[in-house]
Amino acid sequence: MVATTGSHDVMRTADGVPLRIKLRRAERMRKVWAIALVAPLFVFLVVGFILPIISLLSLSVEDPDLTSGFPRTAELFQEWDGEGFPPPEAMTTFAEELSIADRGQFGRAAKRLNYDISGFKSMVKKTARKSEELALLPPDQIHDGFIKIDKDWSDPAYWYAIKNASDYYTDYYLLWSLDLQRDKEREIVSVSPDRAIYVDVLLRTIEISFAVTLLCFLLGLPIAYLLATLPTRISNLLLILVLLPFWTSLLVRTTSWLVLLQNEGLINDMALWMGLWNEPQELIRNRFGVYVAMVHILLPFMVLPMYSVMKTINPWHMRAAASLGAPGWKAFLKVYFPQCMPGVAAGTLLVFILSLGYYITPALVGGPGDQMTSYWIVQNMGRTANWGLGAALSVVLLLLTIVMFFIYNRFVGVDRLKVN
Amino acid sequence: MTDSTHRPDHGSNEPQVRFENVQKTYDGEVLVVKDLNLAIEKGEFLTLLGPSGSGKTTTLMMLAGFESTTHGDIVLNGRSLRLVPPHKRDIGMVFQNYALFPHMTVYENLEFPLQCHKVEKSSREKKIADALAMVELTGFERRRPAQLSGGQQQRVALARALVFEPQIVLMDEPLGALDKKLREQMQIEMKHIHQNVGLTFVYVTHDQSEALTMSDRIAVFDDGVIQQLDAPEELYERPKNAFVAQFIGENNRLKGRITELTEGLCLVELPSGHTIRALPVNVTEVGQETTLSLRPEVVVVGATENDGCDDVFTAVVQEQIYMGDHTRVRMEVFGHDDFVVKVPRGAGLGGLEPGQEIGIGWRSGDCRALDAA
Repeated sequence: MVATTGSHDVMRTADGVPLRIKLRRAERMRKVWAIALVAPLFVFLVVGFILPIISLLSLSVEDPDLTSGFPRTAELFQEWDGEGFPPPEAMTTFAEELSIADRGQFGRAAKRLNYDISGFKSMVKKTARKSEELALLPPDQIHDGFIKIDKDWSDPAYWYAIKNASDYYTDYYLLWSLDLQRDKEREIVSVSPDRAIYVDVLLRTIEISFAVTLLCFLLGLPIAYLLATLPTRISNLLLILVLLPFWTSLLVRTTSWLVLLQNEGLINDMALWMGLWNEPQELIRNRFGVYVAMVHILLPFMVLPMYSVMKTINPWHMRAAASLGAPGWKAFLKVYFPQCMPGVAAGTLLVFILSLGYYITPALVGGPGDQMTSYWIVQNMGRTANWGLGAALSVVLLLLTIVMFFIYNRFVGVDRLKVN
Repeated sequence: MTDSTHRPDHGSNEPQVRFENVQKTYDGEVLVVKDLNLAIEKGEFLTLLGPSGSGKTTTLMMLAGFESTTHGDIVLNGRSLRLVPPHKRDIGMVFQNYALFPHMTVYENLEFPLQCHKVEKSSREKKIADALAMVELTGFERRRPAQLSGGQQQRVALARALVFEPQIVLMDEPLGALDKKLREQMQIEMKHIHQNVGLTFVYVTHDQSEALTMSDRIAVFDDGVIQQLDAPEELYERPKNAFVAQFIGENNRLKGRITELTEGLCLVELPSGHTIRALPVNVTEVGQETTLSLRPEVVVVGATENDGCDDVFTAVVQEQIYMGDHTRVRMEVFGHDDFVVKVPRGAGLGGLEPGQEIGIGWRSGDCRALDAA
């Protein structure tokens, strides 16, 4: 078939090098350049973003507090089946390691044990003070020795709590972040109602995000439509009005709302002066304030993608629809709006996902009942230094985001995000 | 100006559409359409032809309802359209860029107007199938516009404008984006479709050959005014003024002055001193400036006094351009060196050389004395 190459099948250039190899050589330089250009950002992303996230998320399945400071105790308690009391050997080892633990190791372990049973921390402290003598007791008296220091040691639940903390890898924090725990039979059960807060917080996070997304959509659609259809001179001005707040610091905008909405704020003063209401209304530190501030901050994320898609829609389509007999509303619903879907999809997805992780704005303008998951992540990471729970909540939030993304993909289709 | 020699509608006196003293301005200073009076007969194929900016598209858009009339009225079937919105005018339209809805399949695009006109579901399928068959796109129902070629999109747009059987179909340069060959093919097809459906077609184009090929009547627009409204052969063979003569087909223009004027014949003296016999068209008095219009193909090359020509002159061949089926010969005569004639292949005149002198002649009826413009 290939008459020119005669005996061999491989296509060759004039100097006899196979075409394929020659092509690869010619393209190599370009490839090297491309990699070199991407490399700095890639390294930055891996070192500054991906690795920290992985290491932080891994905290959610680790339980290092007891296992690092009390390694032999942890080992022996792991071997114990959890029935009744641990073997005397394990108790002795626990006493020994209590006596040699430094303050840091001891503090972390005591705090960890206190998560399971409050009051455990002081009990361990009390025991530690006498741990040296305790460790010297013969095996048949060691349990009585513990009970002599604190009679609660006769309750198997305390010993079980130690076993519970002696696995290095654990689902303890992940369960906790969903208001769950394992009972003695290792079955997953709900925690007592007074400790259960995180499921409520999670539902509230979803609810606020949905409401904010919906409000942004309803308010953003007309703006985007005007931006896309008005003459350039006017639409440019309008675009600047949209972009100006977009470029302003989030903190500045949130605190401005604080100033505007507070009891002695501008809006209350105006309303009182105009006689809209007779006494200052609570406009802030409640859900209303959260919605106002979040919608204001997130609106550009809805408007800009919708605008960029609407800009590409052929304005003749509306005329074509009219000539085919469709009144204005029908032309908009059946012809114009479906073509906006990529922009609507991008905007709603963006706003929803950004809302899920919102922290500063609800923290500043919301009340205690308006705080979202990220607030509790900060609480646990910061004030109470419960890194495991903080990391577990982060995992839950991340998973929620991913799940939402897939649900969204299922119903709207992420391929719609591609602007044709 | 609005009289017509060709009336496809048989009998009825009232035209389907009447433009009555219509004026249009966009900026309040310049009239884009100046005092337009136009009657469109039911079932005819009327083309609005003119250069860009001549007001032809504006006229179409006013009829469709996308532009308002600044003054005057448009009457459809005896009813003023002034307060009728576009979607209630029952006028289908094919747009220059087709304006197919990209998120709908071909079938859905055609179903849309049927839905809007509340056509029963049961009869939709047949109407759509018929319309697609008419444009020879049966089997393309499930495709999306992006999966079609330009010509196919154009056909879908046409089918969509026809499927709901509107009273009138408007077309705004629908073939402008197609290549030459496809365009010519579509022109013939559109003409056939028009004959088959019997609807009124109003077609806007700046391409004179397109207008000549398809139309029953052509309205030549320039400067917001209809310069001539006539059947294609009238327009080409008997242009009423210099603009029409020059805009439609090729044309040799010779400026001169009337020296004698009688019914059906005038004598025109050219600056070169020659006197030519011509048909007076819109000249009125002796001494008037005039433009003579001579089509390249009416000029007989190698003419002698005995060839039936009324006038014979001697010209000098300047240049030959081979065009395949004919040869264009540029000649110098009457002091102009841009006099063009067409010599058909097989006329036995292959051997013309630059510098050669040769007789050219024509019948005086083919040489038309028009206004001086």
